[in-house]
Amino acid sequence: MQVVVDKDVCLGAGNCVRTAPDVFDQDEEGFVELLDDNPPSELDEDLLLARRLCPARAITVNEA
Amino acid sequence: MARAPVCPFSPPPALRGLQAQAPLAKVRLWDGRTAWLVTRQADQRALLGDPRISRDTERPGYPHASVAARERGTVGRTFIGMDDPEHTRLRRMVTGRFAIKRVEAQRPAIQRIVDGLIDRMLAGPKPVDLVQAFALPVPSLVICELLGVPYADHDFFQANSRVLVNRESSAEAAREANGKLLVYLDRLIAEKLADPADDLLSELATGHVKTGELSRREAAVMGVLLLLAGHETTANMIALGTLTLLEHPDQLAALRDADDPKLIAGAVEELLRYLSIIHSGLRRVALADIEIGQQTIRAGDGVVMAIDAGNRDEQAFADPERLDLQRDAGGHMAFGFGVHQCLGQPLARVELQVVYGTLYRRIPSLRLATDLEHVPFKHDGAIYGVYELPVTW
Ligand code: HEM
Ligand code: SF4
Repeated sequence: MQVVVDKDVCLGAGNCVRTAPDVFDQDEEGFVELLDDNPPSELDEDLLLARRLCPARAITVNEA
Repeated sequence: MARAPVCPFSPPPALRGLQAQAPLAKVRLWDGRTAWLVTRQADQRALLGDPRISRDTERPGYPHASVAARERGTVGRTFIGMDDPEHTRLRRMVTGRFAIKRVEAQRPAIQRIVDGLIDRMLAGPKPVDLVQAFALPVPSLVICELLGVPYADHDFFQANSRVLVNRESSAEAAREANGKLLVYLDRLIAEKLADPADDLLSELATGHVKTGELSRREAAVMGVLLLLAGHETTANMIALGTLTLLEHPDQLAALRDADDPKLIAGAVEELLRYLSIIHSGLRRVALADIEIGQQTIRAGDGVVMAIDAGNRDEQAFADPERLDLQRDAGGHMAFGFGVHQCLGQPLARVELQVVYGTLYRRIPSLRLATDLEHVPFKHDGAIYGVYELPVTW
């Protein structure tokens, strides 16, 4: 699945990093950074959970 | 709301009754106004993530938890009491030091703090009050270091913090306590501006006050929030968590023998869920009519989300009344949900992981030095816990 993040609305809560550490990281200021914008399908479930848990709705997952 | 005399760890039974019969119920607040009490986790999540719901503590319909909370929400208002975009603009100035990697880098320092306090306890007289000797100093030392606040002043800021979290404090007392803390933080920020160090207040001062983005007063108000937010919460999780584990000796033994850091991390999540120490509810006011279930919350209505009930919702957790350190408690809302979700959660997690992973190992015979009936529970606070926890070994 394709992942897009919106760094400008990220609140740095780090839920995504805890949920899918191979996909998401945080920069020095705590804002989300993508490690992998097209992760393997084993991670689909984690990605959907990360999207659900992101308090800022900063994560978009493209299911196509 | 009265707690069940039978179980000091569980939310009041009346809350559970509401969950089944009236998940959205109108209740009367301390000031005579009414608000919606929301007890199901799914509803809480939906509402906390809804942009039509406001945390602006200056809005007329905002359901303050107490007189002291109302004072803080006006004279001491900062991003926790604001809506976006102001909220996000301010919060994003201080996220850096709470990022997971940066908090992880602090783990060895947190371990040293925890070990040092345990050394002192072991060398001192017993029984000892675990709250004063350990539960409060851990978060206090950690947050002081992170912010750049001298720990030597802890008696001063802890005393004023207690006034602000007590539901019974008068408006005058709360205003005075808040005023003193503001003067203190303002002075510190002035010092950091003149002579910056490697800490959060210095970053705030040089990165945002100096540039004119933030006034010194705004920075001081934020400093007060950061200094206090992590104190009572983490301290209560340490003391109440320890008491809970002592009452569940089998699970305590399993935790003590666990080598896997994942098991300890999981135990922290379960204790956060089970204890859900924020007992005053997460409070909001509706900006528009919101349909939820069969009900309509009207624009202007106050809304109180009882996360202690939500974290024991059987639609969200199987057998929710049972403490089960092995369960996947990942979906709990002890840190809230939505844009105001706890900023300090990575820090709180590492502190609790180090504490739960160290204390019972270093003092395997740790036990209560009094009867459970004599432990003074905090029934008068917005944050649940114990005032004192006499322990021995
Ligand atoms: C186990 C300990 C903790 C618990 C249970 C806890 C719980 C919470 C909860 C439930 C909220 C959301 C309030 C709402 O939505 O109305 C919150 C917000 C917040 N917490 Fe924590 N907290 C803890 C530790 C900490 C620590 C260590 C800090 C460090 C400074 C901290 C700083 C904050 C801040 C700044 C906010 C406001 C965030 C915002 O409005 O965007 N907390 N906390
Ligand atoms: S979960 Fe959302 S807000 Fe939190 S760090 Fe990730 S993208 Fe940012």
